[in-house]
Amino acid sequence: MTAVALPIAARLRRGASRSRLGLLLDAVFSSGLFVGTFLGVLALGLLLWTVYDRGWERLASDPSGFFANFVSRFPARAGIKAALYGTAWLMGLTALFSFPIGVGAAVYLEEFAPRNRLTSFVEANIANLAGVPSVVYGILGLGVFVRFMRMGPSLLAGGLTLALMSLPLIIIAARESLRAVPVSIRLAAYALGATKWQAVRHHVLPAAMPGTMTGVILSLSRAIGETAPLIVIGAAVSIFNTPDDVRDPFSALPVLIFNWTSRPQPAFAEAAAAAGIVLLAMLLAMNTVAIFLRKRFATRW
Amino acid sequence: MSQNPLTLNHDVNDATRSAGPTRRPEVPTSPDIAVVPDTDPVFQISDLSFFYGAFRAIRDVSMDVRGNQITAVIGPSGCGKSTFIRCLNRMNELIPGTRVAGRIDYHGQDLYADDVDPIEVRRRIGMVFQKPNPFPKSIYDNVAFGPKVNGLKPASMDDLVEESLRRAALWDEVKDKVKKSAFSLSGGQQQRLCIARCIAVKPEVILMDEPCSALDPLATNRIEELMIELKQDYTIVIVTHNMQQAARVSDRTAFFTAEVSDEGRERTGVLVELDRTEKIFTAPGDRRTEDYITGRFG
Repeated sequence: MTAVALPIAARLRRGASRSRLGLLLDAVFSSGLFVGTFLGVLALGLLLWTVYDRGWERLASDPSGFFANFVSRFPARAGIKAALYGTAWLMGLTALFSFPIGVGAAVYLEEFAPRNRLTSFVEANIANLAGVPSVVYGILGLGVFVRFMRMGPSLLAGGLTLALMSLPLIIIAARESLRAVPVSIRLAAYALGATKWQAVRHHVLPAAMPGTMTGVILSLSRAIGETAPLIVIGAAVSIFNTPDDVRDPFSALPVLIFNWTSRPQPAFAEAAAAAGIVLLAMLLAMNTVAIFLRKRFATRW
Repeated sequence: MSQNPLTLNHDVNDATRSAGPTRRPEVPTSPDIAVVPDTDPVFQISDLSFFYGAFRAIRDVSMDVRGNQITAVIGPSGCGKSTFIRCLNRMNELIPGTRVAGRIDYHGQDLYADDVDPIEVRRRIGMVFQKPNPFPKSIYDNVAFGPKVNGLKPASMDDLVEESLRRAALWDEVKDKVKKSAFSLSGGQQQRLCIARCIAVKPEVILMDEPCSALDPLATNRIEELMIELKQDYTIVIVTHNMQQAARVSDRTAFFTAEVSDEGRERTGVLVELDRTEKIFTAPGDRRTEDYITGRFG
């Protein structure tokens, strides 16, 4: 019995062996996935456009005044100076508190903690804390820092509250990057007579640093956009000087934006959008730094 | 994972081995088949067992490792070779839930005595791993790390780095780029860097856990030459899957095998015999050794 062999061209032709349905499904799924991705980008684009459309004129008409003025009853004279300073201070303080504590906790949990019930309890609760709404952190900050520790509605209280809020995410990101460092590196260090701390300090932590920094920056950029906890602990709007000290009262960009959008005058809505552009620009700048760090310094094993 | 021993040892050299005769003629045991001096023992191991939890990975291993010689440890996969040499520098105890029984004397000192510091043990008994594992740092920093953390204060760190790289036969290839990343080196160079890094802390023993299994034949050859050179100053224990390698470099060979328990679930490593390498490969004292080295494992 001799089967007629198809010429190779016919056998390689599209659809020769695979069903047409399979090929169709392939096309449907890949275009569906593309649409899904595209919708996300589209939403971001729309958001940026709306903010730009509403606020750019206000920002561009008098940029120096907008950055240099304090708030005012008159929308045309209102500026973001106090809020901008407040946000910058908050960012610094939040990073100062959350980075060492977060990385320290991650190193402990990942490298030193005994595998027991207490450790798993702590681990589970860190994951839970990451899901706690930010306004609840505001209530915690109000109760603990503002009132009990008598810090008042100060920069310090704000920074500590935002730091508490960022900690779980920082710990999770830092643990992930510590875990990505191969065991062989730790073994190599131990085999040379290094102690656990020396192995961590010289090799594991530096190798995990780019990933950790990325996590820290991303959670900081989330923190500086937070409005609710700052309002709860009593961040002000009508502030007419820039802070010199962590005990000073403060304003912050998201709080100011929230305040301006709730005013009746349309000109304040424009000012709010303009402030939104500034805040977005800060966030994008931070995320760019995060991406840069990850791409530039990440170790490829 | 329980495997059929016949399917193990996927070495390149397997082909050569199984092409050889399956039955060796009986060679009469004579004391002078190879000149292997009876140097002083560095390790005296007695009734060593090692447990991962309840699972016994090796059982009742007793043997001596002699100084300034290369002792090869061969045997099928899962026979506890790696577990065994990791007992010699207390690397195993970094794995939680493990336990050692028996005794290892190192120059007469019980390695597992309560007052022995495992960190100090690991400095004196260095280790080279299966896959080259340089630190993601410069070549220089890779070598300098060990002396630094051990508080060695050489007159000149640069000289110590150079000397270590020279001893590892790597200096000529890297002398112009010691500040470059260790990852820029080839696999064989990385492994020699790991040996240099190990030498830099001035150990007395170098344990090598299949150091050539990730390397090509040329790189393997360089490492083997290096080992023979290094035994002037160091005692070397090498685990290898490659019997030709054991035959080429070692003075003595220990053959381990896995004993399968009655239920067939557990495979426990045991030492079958330790002898001069030439004797192991020409006139092994045990049937199981002969079956293994002739490729007729069974």
